[in-house]
Amino acid sequence: MSDHFIVSASPHVRQNTSIQKVMFGVVIALVPAVVGSVYFYGLRALLLILLSCLAALVTEGVIQRLRGVPVTMGDGSALVTGILLAFNIPPGVPWWMPVVGSVFAIAIGKQVFGGVGYNPLNPALLGRAFLLASWPVQMTTAWLPSHGGTLSGLTLKGVDVVTQATPLAVMRKVTEIIGDPNSTTHQIVQAREVLADLGSSESIANLFTGAVGGCIGETSAILLLIGAAYLMYKHYIEWRIPSTYILTVVILMWVFGGPSGLFTGNALFHFLAGGLILGAFYMATDMVTSPVSPRGMIIFGVGCGVLTSVIRLIGGYPEGVSYSILLMNVATPLIDRHTRPKKFGEVKKSG
Amino acid sequence: MKVGDEVKVGTVIGEAAGFVSVPVHASISGRVTAVGRFPHPLGGEHQAIVIEGDGEDSWDESVVPRDNVDSLGSRELIDIIRDAGIVGLGGAAFPTHVKLSPPDSKPIDTVILNGAECEPWLTADHRLMLERPADVMRGFHLIMRALGCERGFVGIESNKLDAVQAMKAAIPADSGIRVVALQVKYPQGAEKQLIDSILRRKVPAGGLPMDVGVVVQNVGTALAVYEACHEGTPLVRRVVTVTGNPVGSPSNFRPRIGTMVASLVEQAGGLSDDVSKVISGGPMMGMAQFTLDVPVIKGMSGVLFLGPGEIDTRPPDPCIRCGHCVHSCPMKLLPTTIEKYVMVEAIDKAVEIGLNDCIECGSCAYVCPSRRRLVHQFKYGKYLAAELRKKAAERSEKEKAS
Ligand code: SF4
Ligand code: SF4
Repeated sequence: MSDHFIVSASPHVRQNTSIQKVMFGVVIALVPAVVGSVYFYGLRALLLILLSCLAALVTEGVIQRLRGVPVTMGDGSALVTGILLAFNIPPGVPWWMPVVGSVFAIAIGKQVFGGVGYNPLNPALLGRAFLLASWPVQMTTAWLPSHGGTLSGLTLKGVDVVTQATPLAVMRKVTEIIGDPNSTTHQIVQAREVLADLGSSESIANLFTGAVGGCIGETSAILLLIGAAYLMYKHYIEWRIPSTYILTVVILMWVFGGPSGLFTGNALFHFLAGGLILGAFYMATDMVTSPVSPRGMIIFGVGCGVLTSVIRLIGGYPEGVSYSILLMNVATPLIDRHTRPKKFGEVKKSG
Repeated sequence: MKVGDEVKVGTVIGEAAGFVSVPVHASISGRVTAVGRFPHPLGGEHQAIVIEGDGEDSWDESVVPRDNVDSLGSRELIDIIRDAGIVGLGGAAFPTHVKLSPPDSKPIDTVILNGAECEPWLTADHRLMLERPADVMRGFHLIMRALGCERGFVGIESNKLDAVQAMKAAIPADSGIRVVALQVKYPQGAEKQLIDSILRRKVPAGGLPMDVGVVVQNVGTALAVYEACHEGTPLVRRVVTVTGNPVGSPSNFRPRIGTMVASLVEQAGGLSDDVSKVISGGPMMGMAQFTLDVPVIKGMSGVLFLGPGEIDTRPPDPCIRCGHCVHSCPMKLLPTTIEKYVMVEAIDKAVEIGLNDCIECGSCAYVCPSRRRLVHQFKYGKYLAAELRKKAAERSEKEKAS
C-alpha cells in the first residue's frame, strides 16, 4: 500500500459534472432545432451553422494559443456560441457573415475578457449585434421562405400590405396601419384581414412547427421547447429566467400589443413568433451573464421581458430579444449585488 | 504524567484546563512509555501520552457504578458528565457540560437527539441506535434532566426506519420524548438544519441553538452520558465506522480512544493496494490524513478510504456563474461571490455576505461543475478573518493602554 495519501480540503467527493458536461448538454438540446433548420431552409442552413461553429472553435483555439493559456476549445462553450450565433442570423445571408460574427463573438465577446466565465455579455448575442450594426440590410432582409410554409406563414390573398417579412414584422405593420388615423378605409380592411390570418389556427400552427420565415434557429417553437425540457430535466437551466421572461412578454403584449386598444393583443402569437423562445431558454439563461441569486434571476427575466415588449411595441426593429438580453447582461452585476438572498436565520437589522 | 507511570482504565492522565475543556482518561491499563508530540487527525502534531497495555484491562478504583442516578440533581449530573471527559461525539467534540450549562438568559425548552447521520458513508450512529436503543434513550433522558427540560425529540432520517422503530420502542414512559422521521437530505444532521426541520425554528445567523431555546446532542454522546452516570465509566471508547471501497470488510468498531487507526484497519480486513485518500470523518466534511499512524480521538466518527477512481484530482476551471452552488447552500449564502471576495482578500466584504455563517458542509463544492475549491477558500478566509479580529482587538487594547 502506498504511503502517499492525497491531502486536500473537504469535500472529498464531487458530483460527476464539469463545464464540458453542461455545455454539451446545451449542444444536445440544440440538435432538434438544428435538424429543423435544415428541414426548413435546406442544406444552406447547415452550412452556415457549421461555418459559424468552425470559426468559433478556431478563434478560441488560436487566441488561447497566442495568450499562452491552456487551449479549452473542446469544453463546448465555443461550440454553443457558434450554434447560437448561426441561429440568430437570417438563412439568406452570405456565407462569410456567420464567420465574421463568430470571430467577433469569441475574440471580442469572450477572450478579451479572459475566456469562459469572465465575459460580461453573451458572446453570441454580441456577435449578432455586431453583424446587425455592420450589415443591417442583410441582417434584416435576407429571409428565406420556409419549406412547407411561406415567409410570413400566411398565404396572402392578394393583399399588398405585406410583401416580404417575418410574422413579427407583419404583425407590427398591420397593427400600425390599423392604429394610424391617416390610413385609408381600404388599407384598414386589408390590414384587418391580415391580422385575422395571423391569428388563425393555420398561422399559429406554422409558428409552432417553424414553417415560417425567420432566423435560422429561432422559428420552430416545438423543437426548441423539446430541447428546453431536456435542459430543465438535467438541471442545466432553471425555470426562473425563462418563465418570468416569457410571462412578462406575453402579458405585456396582450395588454398593449393589440391594434384596437388595451387587452386586444394576441398573447399566443407573441409567445411563438420571433426569437422569444430561443432567447428565453437558451440565451437569457446563459449562466455566465445572468444573475446567480434566485431573486436576481426573476428580476433579470422580467427585465428582459419588459425590454423585449417595449422594442416590439415601439422600437426601431420588430424584434428585440437580442438587445434586451444584452442590456440585462449589463445590469447583471448590479442585480446580483442588490438581490443577495437572506442568509439562513438572518434578521433584518433594526435601527 | 511521566514515562514509567502505571495507569488503569479511567485514570485521569490530563486535567481540564478551564471551563471549556474536559479531562482525559487512560483508555487501557498499562505503563506510560512516551510523552511527546505525535501526529493528530486534525492535522499537525499534538501532545500525547503513549501507554503500553498490560493486557489486564483493569479499571481505576474511581470507576464504580452508581445506583442513585434517579435521585441526582442537574448540577450533580453535569459534574459527572464533565469529570467523565464527555464531549460531543458527532464530530465537533465540544465539551458536553458546557452545552448543558446555558446562561440563565437563554432558557432551554427542547432538547434534540441527533440521530441523522451527519454524512454519507458513516453508519456509527445508526448502529448504535439499533444495538443500544434503551441505553441511548436513557442517556438522552439524563441529558434532558440535566437541562431541566421536559420536551425531547429524536430526529432520525427516514431511510433508517429500523432505527426509528427501535428508538420508539425504547422511549421511557412519561418522558415527553418523541421520535421523528426526517426527510433524507444533506446536511440534515447539521444542528441548525436539524432544529429547523423538527421545530421550524431558525437559529439566527451568527447565533447558537440555545438562542432559540434548543440544545442538540448526538446519539453517541447520549450513550456516553448513560455509561458515565450509571456505570461510572469515563469516555474511553466510541463507535467508529471504518469504511470505503478499499476496505476489506467495512465495519463499525467501538475502540478505546487512542487506538491507532492502522490497527482498526487491520481489524476491518485490511486495505486493497490502491488507496488515494484517507479521511477522518465523512466524505463531505472530513479531514484528509497523511498517515494511518494517528489515534482515534473523541471526535472521530469514522475513517473513510477512497480509491483512485473515487476522487477527482482535475484542477479547477473558472467559475461559470451557473449558480448551482447558490441553490445548494443550506445556509442560503452565495458561495461563488464569497469565494471571489476571499480570493482578492476582501475579507470584510466576504464576512459581510456570510463567510462566517458557512458551516463548511461542502454542498457547494460538491455540485460545482468547475470544481472550484470553495470550502478550501472559505476555511482560508475564516482564518484570515480571525487574524484580522485578533489584530483589531490588540490595537484597541494598545489604544486603551496608551
Ligand atoms: S457552482 Fe461553481 S461554477 Fe457554478 S457559480 Fe458556483 S462556483 Fe461558479
Ligand atoms: S460549505 Fe458551501 S454550501 Fe455549505 S454552508 Fe458553506 S457556502 Fe454553503
